[in-house]
Amino acid sequence: MADALLATLAAARAAGDPAPLLAALPYARFLGIDARAEGDGLVLTMQAAPHLVGNPSLPALHGGTLGALLEIAAIAAVAWRDGAVVPRTISLTIDYLRSAPPTATHAEATLVRVGRRVATVAAVAWQGARAEPVAQATIKLLVAPRSTPAARGDD
Amino acid sequence: MVDGDTRARWHERFVHAVPHNRALGIELVEIDERGARFRLPWAPHLVGDPATGVLHGGAVTALLDACAGAAVFAAQPVLGSIATLDLRIDYLRPATPSRAVHAHAVCRRLTRHVAFVDAVAYHDDEADPIATGAATFMRGTRRGPRAEPPGG
Repeated sequence: MADALLATLAAARAAGDPAPLLAALPYARFLGIDARAEGDGLVLTMQAAPHLVGNPSLPALHGGTLGALLEIAAIAAVAWRDGAVVPRTISLTIDYLRSAPPTATHAEATLVRVGRRVATVAAVAWQGARAEPVAQATIKLLVAPRSTPAARGDD
Repeated sequence: MVDGDTRARWHERFVHAVPHNRALGIELVEIDERGARFRLPWAPHLVGDPATGVLHGGAVTALLDACAGAAVFAAQPVLGSIATLDLRIDYLRPATPSRAVHAHAVCRRLTRHVAFVDAVAYHDDEADPIATGAATFMRGTRRGPRAEPPGG
């Protein structure tokens, strides 16, 4: 991963404010996703915007925006906790639970298990009430550092 | 293969009428009852890490979701509203920076309530995918997924 992103991560952690980390990700900016620290973890918010709509007649957010919010929540949660890695996604499974109207959507990720190479993360997205999620996901992330000549063979 | 007029109508329905697909820059390449093919041109705002220029996985997720949904619409004998129930994606390799990503989705089965779809994202060769996906959709919805279990 890029050293620049890791430097941004380190500075954001030192300041206790994850916003610069999200701002460093072009796709997160495109979706209007911001983050704040809450306890040990992060709460992300994707602000309502017309370009996030998938179904204008309901209206409802595009499923891809919710998937991306959950994936970014998982990546950010691991990076925030670890401090030295911006993990890469291996796989994700998204459950769409309710139609999500185009209003602000929040997401939080729980680190289910973080191993040496793989992290399993559960993420949930909600709008009004946390108890009524609009989507949830399980995300598998590769947390091993990118292979270098010295590290290769350890994979 | 659908004729030009039909293709234009599908494009209107799946791309032009869907604000997020338009914002992503998604293009409909081909669609008929056997499946759908979409294309997502590379763009700087879709990037995950600016140092590498690799597309964010979320953009691939959105592309596969859109393409899979279109495949269900095209497979239905009568157009009806659908809602994504779940979507699983395996990221096999990073997309190559500055290159468009193609998606191909096939509806494997339609039941009265549920549609099952396979989808794949790739650059040149479907057999060498960037990501593979599997999705299920609830059929006949008007307000999103119902609480009842799939197949119920």
